[in-house]
Amino acid sequence: MTLWLIVIIASLACLALKLAGFLVPPSVLDRPTPSRIANLLTVALLAALVAVQTLGSGVGIQFDARVPALVVAVALFAVRVPFVLVVIAAAATAALIRLSGWG
Amino acid sequence: MTRDKQDSAAIRAGLAVGLAAAAYGVSYGALAVAAGLDIWQTCVMSLLMFTGGSQFALIGVIATGGVAAGPAAIASAAILGIRNGIYGVRVSPIIGAGFWKRIAAAWTTIDETTAVSTNQPTLRSQRIGFWTTAAATFVGWNITSLIGALSGDALGDPRQWGLDAAAAAAFVGLLWPRLRQLQTVAVAAAAAVIAIALTPLLLPGLPVLVAGSAAILVGAFNWFANSEPPLVPLDREGI
Repeated sequence: MTLWLIVIIASLACLALKLAGFLVPPSVLDRPTPSRIANLLTVALLAALVAVQTLGSGVGIQFDARVPALVVAVALFAVRVPFVLVVIAAAATAALIRLSGWG
Repeated sequence: MTRDKQDSAAIRAGLAVGLAAAAYGVSYGALAVAAGLDIWQTCVMSLLMFTGGSQFALIGVIATGGVAAGPAAIASAAILGIRNGIYGVRVSPIIGAGFWKRIAAAWTTIDETTAVSTNQPTLRSQRIGFWTTAAATFVGWNITSLIGALSGDALGDPRQWGLDAAAAAAFVGLLWPRLRQLQTVAVAAAAAVIAIALTPLLLPGLPVLVAGSAAILVGAFNWFANSEPPLVPLDREGI
């Protein structure tokens, strides 16, 4: 599987899901369980990605400069700092820690 | 509110949200290149997939598992894309008839457009809100993705610049507005624990997918339920 194939298949899948929403009747939303699960799936995958991006290292766990960077990011989101600034602050935290020789 | 005021409120909301989304397109572009995508692949995703959460998920899984994690990367992107389908069901009656119009609307049905349009008081302002947000977000997101990809390309070693930590922070930013109910907090905590516990055991990418089972289980039995969450939990744009 090449990277191009991954990009194209995933893009078409996401586009197909959007189009599907326009094809089904609105009564689909009358049952709360499917939309609740869809909402929670979003939360679960994002949380799992946070965890793996912060601690994962291939097939292992590694505590490094990403951990303090994540703490900084959470603190800044909590006080409603805009997305881009938080991402930059997190990158800068990790970069500075690595510059100092750890992580 | 008069009709003119409603119209301009919808336009203002759409432009503000579009601008905010466009700003974080830069981080997507830079992180995509850091994950190993080339500039073309980065831009094709923004054009065709055009849904930030899925795009970040795909590059996140590729960053940890490489091309071998392709199936998991596709599945992660698709699962995060399911909610756009749900949004489509809600937005479809607002858009009305017309084949190409509906194609364009479906293409741009994401957190931002759904949030702005469903927050307007009348059908007219809902339509204005939708299309303003769609245009601002689509144009902005694609331009800034390219800018991010070009700058990411110029940076070199992503770790040296802390871009791996930036990816984690980006996922926190996408997750944060959704952590308003006990139920979502419980699912997020469980999913994070599952993903980390399975990381040493499974191929990269798979732990994230298996963590989705927390959502299915909690959602099916409606555990930890209190209030129903809003359709689109977006608050950072101030709408």
